[in-house]
Amino acid sequence: MKFGVVIFPGSNCDHDAINVASSYSETYQLWHKDTSIPNDIDCIILPGGFSFGDYLRCGAIAKFSPIMNEVIKFANNGKYVIGICNGFQILTEAGLVPGALIRNNSLHFLCKDIYLKTENTNSIFTSELSNQNILKLPIAHGEGNFIVDDNTLTELESNSQIAFRYCDKDGNVIKESNPNGSVSNIAGVLNKKKNVLGLMPHPERYSDNLLGYNDGKSIFDSIFKNLN
Amino acid sequence: MKSFIAKVYITLRSGILDVQGKAIEHALHSLDFEMINNVRIGKYITLNIEAQNDGQAKVFVENACKELLSNPIIEDFNIEIIEND
Repeated sequence: MKFGVVIFPGSNCDHDAINVASSYSETYQLWHKDTSIPNDIDCIILPGGFSFGDYLRCGAIAKFSPIMNEVIKFANNGKYVIGICNGFQILTEAGLVPGALIRNNSLHFLCKDIYLKTENTNSIFTSELSNQNILKLPIAHGEGNFIVDDNTLTELESNSQIAFRYCDKDGNVIKESNPNGSVSNIAGVLNKKKNVLGLMPHPERYSDNLLGYNDGKSIFDSIFKNLN
Repeated sequence: MKSFIAKVYITLRSGILDVQGKAIEHALHSLDFEMINNVRIGKYITLNIEAQNDGQAKVFVENACKELLSNPIIEDFNIEIIEND
């Protein structure tokens, strides 16, 4: 399998993503103005950062980059897309995953480690994870407060589209473990077909033992194992 | 063709908690403006448009709001069109 990482003006986690992805396989770097996606790419990563300076709304302008037409077609054809942090914001703006991400309820930009409980271990992104193993991953965002209306929330629950929830270190999903006010502690969601994942925490930043933790690697292990 | 100015107001929908508005409301209360409540922060955008008439100008701006300027999941928009002489 091969990964492709999209680089937007203002992406700043692109090289972290490329670094992890290329430890598995050859990885393409795609520029936001590209108008095609190489045929042999199986999974596209929309990395974190501040695409187009987060002007207007986070992800709102990146959604109209030429590559995004291709990413939308790629996803609609059932291929796999993962959006991390700003990548998640771009996915919501593009309508590839439900909901929106608004200002953290504390108003602070949050840059710290959090704990994550995996809710759905049946997707290609999460099959190597267990509900019992709590992940420790970093977050770094000002607009990570995930919001959906009540009907959509019920749909997300009944379709098992909630991939990750913020929890404490023992796995309890409680108000105190919710860093940003996200509805129902949601940190990551899947689309209905489960081929697109958006999440606010940064698995690519904790995927190398040299950095102290590698809990994020299990997400890339899942993708590689399922698509290779 | 005529020239118009549009004033576009984008606000968080009423059910959405506006944390910036809340913080500013608390600051106002600490300054003895207890009579001020329900502070909501939005965006104000001005645009120039070339169109046949004000109705057409409004349609152009409405489409721009739906496509880019606002996110209908979280925001409402309101448009004022003024002829630019």
